Amino acid sequence: MQANPQLNKRGGLQHLLSIDGLPRDIVLHILDTASSFVGISEREVKKVPLLRGKSVFNLFFENSTRTRTTFEIAAKRLSADVINLNVDTSSTAKGESLLDTIDNLAAMNADMFVVRHAQSGAPHLIARHVQSHIHVVNAGDGRHAHPTQGLLDAYTIRHYKHDFSHLAVAIVGDVLHSRVARSLIGVLRTMGTPDIRVIAPQTLLPAGVEQLGVTVFNDIAQGLRDVDVIVMLRLQNERMRGPLLPSAQEFFKTYGLTDERLALARPDAIVMHPGPMNRGVEIDSPVADGGHAVILPQVTFGIAVRMAVMAILAGGV
Amino acid sequence: MPTLPVLPDAEQLVDQLVEQLRPRVHANTAMVGIVTGGAWLAERLHKRLAISAPLGLIDISFYRDDYSSSGLKASVKPSHIPFDVNGRDLLLVDDVLYTGRTTRAALNELFDYGRPRSVQLVVLADRDERQLPIAAQFAGAVIQVPLGQSLELHRDAQGRFEFALQARIDVGNSQPAGAP
Repeated sequence: MQANPQLNKRGGLQHLLSIDGLPRDIVLHILDTASSFVGISEREVKKVPLLRGKSVFNLFFENSTRTRTTFEIAAKRLSADVINLNVDTSSTAKGESLLDTIDNLAAMNADMFVVRHAQSGAPHLIARHVQSHIHVVNAGDGRHAHPTQGLLDAYTIRHYKHDFSHLAVAIVGDVLHSRVARSLIGVLRTMGTPDIRVIAPQTLLPAGVEQLGVTVFNDIAQGLRDVDVIVMLRLQNERMRGPLLPSAQEFFKTYGLTDERLALARPDAIVMHPGPMNRGVEIDSPVADGGHAVILPQVTFGIAVRMAVMAILAGGV
Repeated sequence: MPTLPVLPDAEQLVDQLVEQLRPRVHANTAMVGIVTGGAWLAERLHKRLAISAPLGLIDISFYRDDYSSSGLKASVKPSHIPFDVNGRDLLLVDDVLYTGRTTRAALNELFDYGRPRSVQLVVLADRDERQLPIAAQFAGAVIQVPLGQSLELHRDAQGRFEFALQARIDVGNSQPAGAP
Protein backbone atom coordinates (compact mmCIF):
# COMPACT_ATOMS: atom_id res chain seq x y z
CA MET A 1 0.00 0.00 0.00
CA GLN A 2 1.23 3.47 -0.86
CA ALA A 3 1.69 5.93 1.97
CA ASN A 4 -0.89 8.72 2.19
CA PRO A 5 0.58 11.41 -0.11
CA GLN A 6 -1.23 14.13 1.85
CA LEU A 7 0.73 13.57 5.05
CA ASN A 8 4.41 14.09 5.79
CA LYS A 9 6.54 11.68 7.80
CA ARG A 10 5.45 13.26 11.07
CA GLY A 11 1.78 12.88 10.21
CA GLY A 12 1.34 16.60 9.44
CA LEU A 13 -0.32 18.01 6.35
CA GLN A 14 1.98 17.97 3.30
CA HIS A 15 -0.60 18.49 0.53
CA LEU A 16 -4.37 18.95 0.52
CA LEU A 17 -5.64 16.73 -2.27
CA SER A 18 -8.85 15.13 -1.03
CA ILE A 19 -10.97 14.67 2.06
CA ASP A 20 -10.36 10.93 1.75
CA GLY A 21 -7.52 9.94 4.01
CA LEU A 22 -7.55 13.23 5.90
CA PRO A 23 -7.47 12.41 9.64
CA ARG A 24 -10.14 13.95 11.82
CA ASP A 25 -7.61 15.84 13.97
CA ILE A 26 -6.24 17.60 10.88
CA VAL A 27 -9.77 18.55 9.77
CA LEU A 28 -10.40 19.97 13.25
CA HIS A 29 -7.06 21.82 13.23
CA ILE A 30 -8.01 23.43 9.89
CA LEU A 31 -11.47 24.46 11.12
CA ASP A 32 -10.12 25.83 14.44
CA THR A 33 -7.36 27.76 12.71
CA ALA A 34 -9.86 29.16 10.21
CA SER A 35 -11.95 30.60 13.03
CA SER A 36 -8.92 32.66 14.11
CA PHE A 37 -8.54 33.99 10.59
CA VAL A 38 -12.16 35.19 10.23
CA GLY A 39 -11.50 38.29 12.34
CA ILE A 40 -8.46 39.34 10.30
CA SER A 41 -10.65 40.19 7.33
CA GLU A 42 -12.44 42.80 9.47
CA ARG A 43 -9.31 44.65 10.62
CA GLU A 44 -7.80 47.82 9.24
CA VAL A 45 -4.80 45.85 7.92
CA LYS A 46 -6.28 42.61 6.56
CA LYS A 47 -2.98 40.76 6.57
CA VAL A 48 -0.81 38.59 8.78
CA PRO A 49 2.85 37.93 7.93
CA LEU A 50 2.76 34.11 8.03
CA LEU A 51 3.58 33.52 4.35
CA ARG A 52 5.77 36.57 3.83
CA GLY A 53 8.32 35.83 1.12
CA LYS A 54 6.52 32.69 -0.11
CA SER A 55 5.31 32.35 -3.69
CA VAL A 56 1.92 30.79 -4.29
CA PHE A 57 1.11 29.82 -7.87
CA ASN A 58 -2.56 29.58 -8.79
CA LEU A 59 -2.56 27.04 -11.61
CA PHE A 60 -5.96 26.99 -13.22
CA PHE A 61 -6.14 24.51 -16.09
CA GLU A 62 -9.91 24.98 -15.96
CA ASN A 63 -11.60 28.34 -15.64
CA SER A 64 -13.02 29.39 -12.30
CA THR A 65 -12.77 33.07 -11.52
CA ARG A 66 -14.45 32.77 -8.16
CA THR A 67 -12.40 29.94 -6.68
CA ARG A 68 -9.21 31.46 -8.04
CA THR A 69 -10.09 34.83 -6.51
CA THR A 70 -10.77 33.39 -3.06
CA PHE A 71 -7.46 31.51 -3.10
CA GLU A 72 -5.73 34.67 -4.26
CA ILE A 73 -7.28 36.75 -1.46
CA ALA A 74 -6.44 34.05 1.10
CA ALA A 75 -2.80 33.91 0.02
CA LYS A 76 -2.51 37.70 -0.04
CA ARG A 77 -3.98 38.04 3.47
CA LEU A 78 -1.18 35.70 4.57
CA SER A 79 1.29 38.11 2.87
CA ALA A 80 2.33 35.61 0.16
CA ASP A 81 3.20 36.68 -3.37
CA VAL A 82 0.55 35.30 -5.70
CA ILE A 83 1.05 34.44 -9.34
CA ASN A 84 -2.07 33.58 -11.35
CA LEU A 85 -1.71 31.37 -14.38
CA ASN A 86 -4.53 30.40 -16.67
CA VAL A 87 -2.67 27.51 -18.14
CA ASP A 88 -5.18 26.49 -20.79
CA THR A 89 -4.42 29.73 -22.58
CA SER A 90 -0.64 29.53 -22.31
CA SER A 91 2.00 26.83 -22.52
CA THR A 92 -0.16 23.70 -22.63
CA ALA A 93 -1.78 25.17 -25.72
CA LYS A 94 1.72 25.10 -27.21
CA GLY A 95 2.07 21.41 -26.38
CA GLU A 96 4.04 21.46 -23.13
CA SER A 97 3.28 18.55 -20.82
CA LEU A 98 1.78 19.12 -17.37
CA LEU A 99 4.90 18.03 -15.49
CA ASP A 100 7.17 20.13 -17.70
CA THR A 101 5.03 23.14 -16.82
CA ILE A 102 5.36 22.25 -13.14
CA ASP A 103 9.15 21.83 -13.39
CA ASN A 104 9.47 25.24 -14.99
CA LEU A 105 7.41 26.90 -12.28
CA ALA A 106 9.31 25.04 -9.56
CA ALA A 107 12.50 26.42 -11.11
CA MET A 108 11.01 29.87 -10.46
CA ASN A 109 11.09 28.94 -6.74
CA ALA A 110 7.43 28.24 -6.17
CA ASP A 111 6.48 27.28 -2.60
CA MET A 112 2.89 26.25 -3.21
CA PHE A 113 0.69 25.24 -6.14
CA VAL A 114 -3.06 25.71 -6.04
CA VAL A 115 -4.31 23.47 -8.83
CA ARG A 116 -7.66 23.33 -10.64
CA HIS A 117 -7.85 20.76 -13.41
CA ALA A 118 -10.62 19.14 -15.46
CA GLN A 119 -8.82 15.80 -15.17
CA SER A 120 -9.42 13.85 -11.94
CA GLY A 121 -6.11 13.06 -10.26
CA ALA A 122 -4.03 15.85 -11.80
CA PRO A 123 -3.19 17.43 -8.40
CA HIS A 124 -2.10 13.99 -7.10
CA LEU A 125 0.20 13.61 -10.09
CA ILE A 126 1.75 17.01 -9.37
CA ALA A 127 2.05 16.29 -5.64
CA ARG A 128 3.93 13.07 -6.31
CA HIS A 129 6.23 14.86 -8.73
CA VAL A 130 7.33 17.96 -6.79
CA GLN A 131 10.11 18.23 -4.20
CA SER A 132 9.12 18.00 -0.57
CA HIS A 133 9.36 21.75 0.18
CA ILE A 134 6.56 22.44 -2.34
CA HIS A 135 2.95 22.02 -1.25
CA VAL A 136 -0.04 21.31 -3.48
CA VAL A 137 -3.64 22.31 -2.82
CA ASN A 138 -6.38 20.75 -4.91
CA ALA A 139 -8.81 23.49 -5.97
CA GLY A 140 -11.07 21.02 -7.79
CA ASP A 141 -10.15 18.16 -10.10
CA GLY A 142 -12.66 16.69 -12.55
CA ARG A 143 -15.48 14.88 -10.77
CA HIS A 144 -13.13 13.77 -8.04
CA ALA A 145 -12.66 16.26 -5.22
CA HIS A 146 -12.86 19.87 -4.09
CA PRO A 147 -11.57 19.57 -0.53
CA THR A 148 -11.45 23.26 0.43
CA GLN A 149 -15.11 23.59 -0.60
CA GLY A 150 -15.98 20.57 1.57
CA LEU A 151 -14.04 22.10 4.46
CA LEU A 152 -15.66 25.51 4.12
CA ASP A 153 -19.08 23.83 4.01
CA ALA A 154 -18.18 21.98 7.21
CA TYR A 155 -16.96 25.26 8.73
CA THR A 156 -20.27 26.95 7.83
CA ILE A 157 -22.33 24.09 9.28
CA ARG A 158 -20.28 24.09 12.47
CA HIS A 159 -20.63 27.88 12.75
CA TYR A 160 -24.43 27.71 12.71
CA LYS A 161 -25.08 24.26 14.21
CA HIS A 162 -22.01 23.86 16.51
CA ASP A 163 -22.11 20.07 16.61
CA PHE A 164 -22.48 17.43 13.90
CA SER A 165 -23.56 14.51 16.08
CA HIS A 166 -27.33 15.14 15.79
CA LEU A 167 -27.53 16.65 12.32
CA ALA A 168 -29.51 15.68 9.25
CA VAL A 169 -27.94 17.14 6.10
CA ALA A 170 -29.54 16.97 2.64
CA ILE A 171 -27.51 17.46 -0.53
CA VAL A 172 -29.79 18.25 -3.47
CA GLY A 173 -29.20 18.20 -7.22
CA ASP A 174 -26.51 17.06 -9.63
CA VAL A 175 -24.54 14.71 -7.39
CA LEU A 176 -23.22 12.78 -10.40
CA HIS A 177 -21.03 15.57 -11.74
CA SER A 178 -20.31 17.18 -8.41
CA ARG A 179 -16.87 17.06 -6.79
CA VAL A 180 -18.38 19.39 -4.18
CA ALA A 181 -20.89 16.71 -3.13
CA ARG A 182 -18.19 14.05 -2.89
CA SER A 183 -15.92 16.18 -0.68
CA LEU A 184 -18.82 17.35 1.47
CA ILE A 185 -20.05 13.79 2.10
CA GLY A 186 -16.49 12.86 3.06
CA VAL A 187 -16.05 15.65 5.58
CA LEU A 188 -19.55 15.17 7.02
CA ARG A 189 -18.69 11.54 7.71
CA THR A 190 -15.34 12.49 9.24
CA MET A 191 -17.18 14.86 11.58
CA GLY A 192 -19.62 12.10 12.57
CA THR A 193 -22.83 13.31 10.93
CA PRO A 194 -25.42 10.58 11.51
CA ASP A 195 -27.95 11.41 8.75
CA ILE A 196 -26.61 12.36 5.31
CA ARG A 197 -29.12 12.38 2.45
CA VAL A 198 -28.75 12.94 -1.26
CA ILE A 199 -31.79 14.08 -3.22
CA ALA A 200 -31.67 13.84 -7.01
CA PRO A 201 -33.21 12.14 -10.04
CA GLN A 202 -31.68 8.72 -10.63
CA THR A 203 -29.94 10.00 -13.77
CA LEU A 204 -27.91 12.52 -11.71
CA LEU A 205 -26.71 10.03 -9.09
CA PRO A 206 -23.48 8.07 -9.48
CA ALA A 207 -23.84 4.29 -9.42
CA GLY A 208 -23.40 2.88 -5.92
CA VAL A 209 -23.75 6.26 -4.20
CA GLU A 210 -25.20 4.49 -1.13
CA GLN A 211 -21.76 3.04 -0.48
CA LEU A 212 -20.63 6.54 0.51
CA GLY A 213 -22.84 6.19 3.58
CA VAL A 214 -25.78 8.28 2.42
CA THR A 215 -29.52 7.72 2.08
CA VAL A 216 -30.91 8.32 -1.42
CA PHE A 217 -34.17 10.12 -2.08
CA ASN A 218 -35.66 10.72 -5.51
CA ASP A 219 -38.55 12.69 -4.01
CA ILE A 220 -37.45 16.04 -2.59
CA ALA A 221 -40.50 16.36 -0.30
CA GLN A 222 -39.57 13.14 1.46
CA GLY A 223 -35.88 13.92 1.56
CA LEU A 224 -36.14 17.38 3.09
CA ARG A 225 -38.32 16.35 6.01
CA ASP A 226 -36.81 17.62 9.29
CA VAL A 227 -33.32 18.26 7.94
CA ASP A 228 -31.07 20.81 9.68
CA VAL A 229 -28.99 21.70 6.64
CA ILE A 230 -29.85 21.88 2.93
CA VAL A 231 -27.00 22.06 0.44
CA MET A 232 -28.13 22.89 -3.08
CA LEU A 233 -25.76 21.93 -5.88
CA ARG A 234 -25.33 23.94 -9.03
CA LEU A 235 -26.99 22.51 -12.12
CA GLN A 236 -24.48 23.16 -14.85
CA ASN A 237 -26.01 24.52 -18.02
CA GLU A 238 -24.22 22.06 -20.25
CA ARG A 239 -25.95 19.18 -18.45
CA MET A 240 -29.43 20.42 -19.17
CA ARG A 241 -29.31 19.84 -22.88
CA GLY A 242 -28.07 16.25 -22.62
CA PRO A 243 -30.13 13.10 -22.20
CA LEU A 244 -30.01 13.24 -18.38
CA LEU A 245 -32.58 15.99 -17.92
CA PRO A 246 -35.58 17.23 -19.90
CA SER A 247 -35.14 20.98 -19.19
CA ALA A 248 -34.23 23.56 -16.57
CA GLN A 249 -37.90 24.39 -15.97
CA GLU A 250 -38.69 20.73 -15.44
CA PHE A 251 -35.81 20.42 -12.97
CA PHE A 252 -37.00 23.44 -11.01
CA LYS A 253 -40.52 21.98 -10.85
CA THR A 254 -39.34 18.68 -9.38
CA TYR A 255 -36.15 19.60 -7.47
CA GLY A 256 -35.93 23.39 -7.14
CA LEU A 257 -35.80 24.71 -3.56
CA THR A 258 -38.86 26.88 -2.94
CA ASP A 259 -40.21 28.36 0.30
CA GLU A 260 -42.86 25.62 0.33
CA ARG A 261 -40.27 22.88 0.21
CA LEU A 262 -38.00 24.66 2.68
CA ALA A 263 -40.92 24.58 5.15
CA LEU A 264 -40.55 20.79 5.28
CA ALA A 265 -37.14 21.12 6.90
CA ARG A 266 -36.59 22.08 10.53
CA PRO A 267 -37.65 25.67 11.34
CA ASP A 268 -34.01 26.66 12.00
CA ALA A 269 -32.62 24.93 8.91
CA ILE A 270 -29.86 26.65 6.94
CA VAL A 271 -29.62 26.72 3.14
CA MET A 272 -26.19 26.52 1.50
CA HIS A 273 -24.98 26.69 -2.09
CA PRO A 274 -21.39 26.50 -3.39
CA GLY A 275 -22.15 29.13 -6.04
CA PRO A 276 -22.55 30.39 -8.63
CA MET A 277 -26.28 29.72 -8.27
CA ASN A 278 -28.89 29.55 -10.98
CA ARG A 279 -31.98 31.31 -9.66
CA GLY A 280 -35.11 29.63 -10.90
CA VAL A 281 -33.25 26.40 -11.71
CA GLU A 282 -32.06 24.78 -8.48
CA ILE A 283 -33.09 27.57 -6.09
CA ASP A 284 -35.96 30.06 -6.01
CA SER A 285 -35.05 33.73 -5.47
CA PRO A 286 -37.05 34.18 -2.22
CA VAL A 287 -35.10 31.26 -0.71
CA ALA A 288 -31.74 32.49 -1.98
CA ASP A 289 -32.40 35.93 -0.46
CA GLY A 290 -34.30 34.67 2.59
CA GLY A 291 -33.40 34.37 6.25
CA HIS A 292 -32.36 30.71 6.05
CA ALA A 293 -29.74 31.25 3.35
CA VAL A 294 -26.10 31.38 4.49
CA ILE A 295 -24.69 31.46 0.97
CA LEU A 296 -22.76 34.72 1.33
CA PRO A 297 -21.28 33.84 4.75
CA GLN A 298 -20.01 30.66 3.01
CA VAL A 299 -17.93 32.87 0.73
CA THR A 300 -16.45 34.81 3.67
CA PHE A 301 -15.69 31.64 5.62
CA GLY A 302 -14.17 30.15 2.46
CA ILE A 303 -11.37 32.70 2.54
CA ALA A 304 -10.59 31.96 6.20
CA VAL A 305 -10.61 28.20 5.54
CA ARG A 306 -8.24 28.58 2.58
CA MET A 307 -5.97 30.77 4.70
CA ALA A 308 -5.93 28.05 7.35
CA VAL A 309 -5.06 25.34 4.82
CA MET A 310 -2.19 27.36 3.35
CA ALA A 311 -0.89 28.44 6.78
CA ILE A 312 -0.86 24.86 8.07
CA LEU A 313 0.82 23.56 4.89
CA ALA A 314 3.52 26.21 4.95
CA GLY A 315 4.08 25.68 8.69
CA GLY A 316 5.00 22.10 7.88
CA VAL A 317 4.23 20.43 11.19
CA MET B 1 23.68 22.00 39.13
CA PRO B 2 22.98 25.72 39.63
CA THR B 3 20.79 26.61 42.56
CA LEU B 4 17.29 27.57 41.52
CA PRO B 5 16.17 31.09 42.42
CA VAL B 6 13.56 31.70 45.07
CA LEU B 7 10.47 32.81 43.19
CA PRO B 8 8.54 35.83 44.46
CA ASP B 9 4.88 35.71 45.42
CA ALA B 10 3.01 36.42 42.17
CA GLU B 11 -0.07 37.74 43.98
CA GLN B 12 2.02 40.32 45.80
CA LEU B 13 3.54 41.43 42.50
CA VAL B 14 0.06 41.95 41.06
CA ASP B 15 -0.74 44.27 43.99
CA GLN B 16 2.48 46.20 43.40
CA LEU B 17 1.75 46.55 39.67
CA VAL B 18 -1.72 47.89 40.38
CA GLU B 19 -0.22 50.60 42.61
CA GLN B 20 2.46 51.45 40.02
CA LEU B 21 -0.10 51.72 37.24
CA ARG B 22 -2.89 53.52 39.05
CA PRO B 23 -1.52 57.09 38.65
CA ARG B 24 -0.85 56.40 34.92
CA VAL B 25 -4.38 55.36 33.99
CA HIS B 26 -6.53 58.06 32.38
CA ALA B 27 -9.51 58.33 30.05
CA ASN B 28 -7.49 57.51 26.93
CA THR B 29 -5.90 54.36 28.40
CA ALA B 30 -6.74 50.95 27.02
CA MET B 31 -5.27 47.55 27.86
CA VAL B 32 -4.30 44.57 25.72
CA GLY B 33 -3.23 41.21 27.17
CA ILE B 34 -1.10 38.64 25.34
CA VAL B 35 -2.62 35.13 25.38
CA THR B 36 -2.35 33.13 27.64
CA GLY B 37 -0.55 34.28 30.81
CA GLY B 38 -0.59 37.95 29.82
CA ALA B 39 -4.33 37.74 29.24
CA TRP B 40 -4.92 36.34 32.74
CA LEU B 41 -2.87 39.15 34.27
CA ALA B 42 -4.56 41.77 32.07
CA GLU B 43 -8.01 40.58 33.19
CA ARG B 44 -7.03 41.21 36.81
CA LEU B 45 -5.31 44.55 36.19
CA HIS B 46 -8.09 45.81 33.91
CA LYS B 47 -10.69 45.14 36.57
CA ARG B 48 -8.75 46.55 39.52
CA LEU B 49 -7.74 49.70 37.62
CA ALA B 50 -11.33 50.17 36.39
CA ILE B 51 -10.21 50.95 32.84
CA SER B 52 -13.26 52.08 30.90
CA ALA B 53 -12.31 50.73 27.41
CA PRO B 54 -13.05 46.98 27.15
CA LEU B 55 -10.05 44.67 27.50
CA GLY B 56 -8.31 43.54 24.31
CA LEU B 57 -6.64 40.16 23.86
CA ILE B 58 -4.07 39.13 21.26
CA ASP B 59 -2.68 35.77 20.25
CA ILE B 60 0.61 36.34 18.47
CA SER B 61 0.77 32.93 16.76
CA PHE B 62 0.37 34.42 13.28
CA TYR B 63 3.20 36.90 13.92
CA ARG B 64 5.84 34.59 15.40
CA ASP B 65 9.32 34.75 13.88
CA ASP B 66 9.90 31.00 14.33
CA TYR B 67 6.77 30.00 12.39
CA SER B 68 8.62 28.43 9.46
CA SER B 69 10.57 26.16 11.81
CA SER B 70 7.91 25.35 14.37
CA GLY B 71 4.59 25.77 12.50
CA LEU B 72 1.25 26.72 13.94
CA LYS B 73 0.38 25.55 17.42
CA ALA B 74 -2.69 23.41 17.77
CA SER B 75 -5.04 25.99 19.19
CA VAL B 76 -4.75 29.59 18.13
CA LYS B 77 -7.17 31.88 19.96
CA PRO B 78 -8.59 34.65 17.80
CA SER B 79 -7.26 38.07 18.72
CA HIS B 80 -10.00 40.40 19.89
CA ILE B 81 -9.44 44.15 20.18
CA PRO B 82 -12.91 45.56 20.95
CA PHE B 83 -11.93 49.26 20.74
CA ASP B 84 -10.39 51.60 18.20
CA VAL B 85 -6.61 51.41 18.62
CA ASN B 86 -5.99 54.71 16.80
CA GLY B 87 -4.76 57.45 19.14
CA ARG B 88 -4.96 55.31 22.29
CA ASP B 89 -2.43 55.07 25.08
CA LEU B 90 -2.04 51.32 25.32
CA LEU B 91 -0.82 49.16 28.15
CA LEU B 92 0.45 45.93 26.65
CA VAL B 93 0.44 43.18 29.27
CA ASP B 94 2.44 39.94 29.39
CA ASP B 95 3.27 37.57 32.23
CA VAL B 96 7.02 37.10 31.66
CA LEU B 97 9.39 39.22 29.55
CA TYR B 98 12.32 37.16 28.29
CA THR B 99 13.84 37.40 24.80
CA GLY B 100 11.49 40.20 23.67
CA ARG B 101 10.34 38.25 20.61
CA THR B 102 6.78 37.88 21.86
CA THR B 103 6.60 41.62 22.50
CA ARG B 104 7.91 42.35 19.01
CA ALA B 105 5.27 40.07 17.48
CA ALA B 106 2.54 41.67 19.61
CA LEU B 107 3.60 45.19 18.56
CA ASN B 108 3.49 44.18 14.90
CA GLU B 109 0.02 42.77 15.32
CA LEU B 110 -1.23 45.80 17.30
CA PHE B 111 -0.18 48.15 14.51
CA ASP B 112 -2.26 46.15 12.04
CA TYR B 113 -5.30 47.33 14.01
CA GLY B 114 -4.33 50.98 13.84
CA ARG B 115 -1.87 53.57 15.15
CA PRO B 116 -1.84 53.93 18.93
CA ARG B 117 -0.53 57.17 20.47
CA SER B 118 1.74 55.21 22.81
CA VAL B 119 2.38 51.64 23.92
CA GLN B 120 3.85 50.76 27.31
CA LEU B 121 4.84 47.28 28.33
CA VAL B 122 3.60 45.83 31.62
CA VAL B 123 4.97 42.48 32.86
CA LEU B 124 4.72 40.57 36.08
CA ALA B 125 8.30 39.27 35.80
CA ASP B 126 11.32 40.38 33.78
CA ARG B 127 13.83 37.53 33.44
CA ASP B 128 16.47 39.48 31.47
CA GLU B 129 18.41 37.83 28.59
CA ARG B 130 16.85 40.11 25.98
CA GLN B 131 17.58 39.40 22.30
CA LEU B 132 15.85 42.55 21.03
CA PRO B 133 15.92 46.22 22.09
CA ILE B 134 12.75 45.98 24.16
CA ALA B 135 12.18 46.99 27.78
CA ALA B 136 9.26 46.90 30.20
CA GLN B 137 8.06 50.24 31.58
CA PHE B 138 6.34 48.43 34.44
CA ALA B 139 7.69 45.19 35.89
CA GLY B 140 6.61 43.44 39.08
CA ALA B 141 10.07 41.96 39.63
CA VAL B 142 13.33 41.09 37.91
CA ILE B 143 14.02 37.38 38.31
CA GLN B 144 17.25 35.65 37.29
CA VAL B 145 16.43 32.25 35.82
CA PRO B 146 19.09 29.72 34.85
CA LEU B 147 19.36 28.80 31.15
CA GLY B 148 17.40 25.74 30.18
CA GLN B 149 14.60 26.71 32.55
CA SER B 150 11.46 28.56 31.63
CA LEU B 151 9.61 30.79 34.04
CA GLU B 152 5.88 30.27 33.81
CA LEU B 153 2.85 31.83 35.40
CA HIS B 154 0.28 29.31 36.59
CA ARG B 155 -3.30 29.96 37.61
CA ASP B 156 -5.03 27.58 40.02
CA ALA B 157 -8.71 26.68 40.19
CA GLN B 158 -9.40 29.65 42.52
CA GLY B 159 -7.73 32.01 40.03
CA ARG B 160 -4.63 32.57 42.20
CA PHE B 161 -1.34 33.18 40.41
CA GLU B 162 1.89 31.35 41.12
CA PHE B 163 5.28 31.27 39.39
CA ALA B 164 6.85 27.95 38.42
CA LEU B 165 10.10 26.88 36.82
CA GLN B 166 9.95 24.32 34.06
CA ALA B 167 12.79 22.58 32.24
CA ARG B 168 12.65 23.65 28.58
CA ILE B 169 12.18 20.74 26.21
CA ASP B 170 12.91 22.69 23.05
CA VAL B 171 15.14 25.69 23.49
CA GLY B 172 15.44 26.36 19.74
CA ASN B 173 15.19 29.99 18.73
CA SER B 174 14.52 31.24 22.24
CA GLN B 175 18.06 30.40 23.31
CA PRO B 176 20.17 33.50 23.79
CA ALA B 177 22.96 33.98 21.29
CA GLY B 178 26.23 32.38 22.36
CA ALA B 179 24.59 29.88 24.71
CA PRO B 180 25.84 26.28 24.43
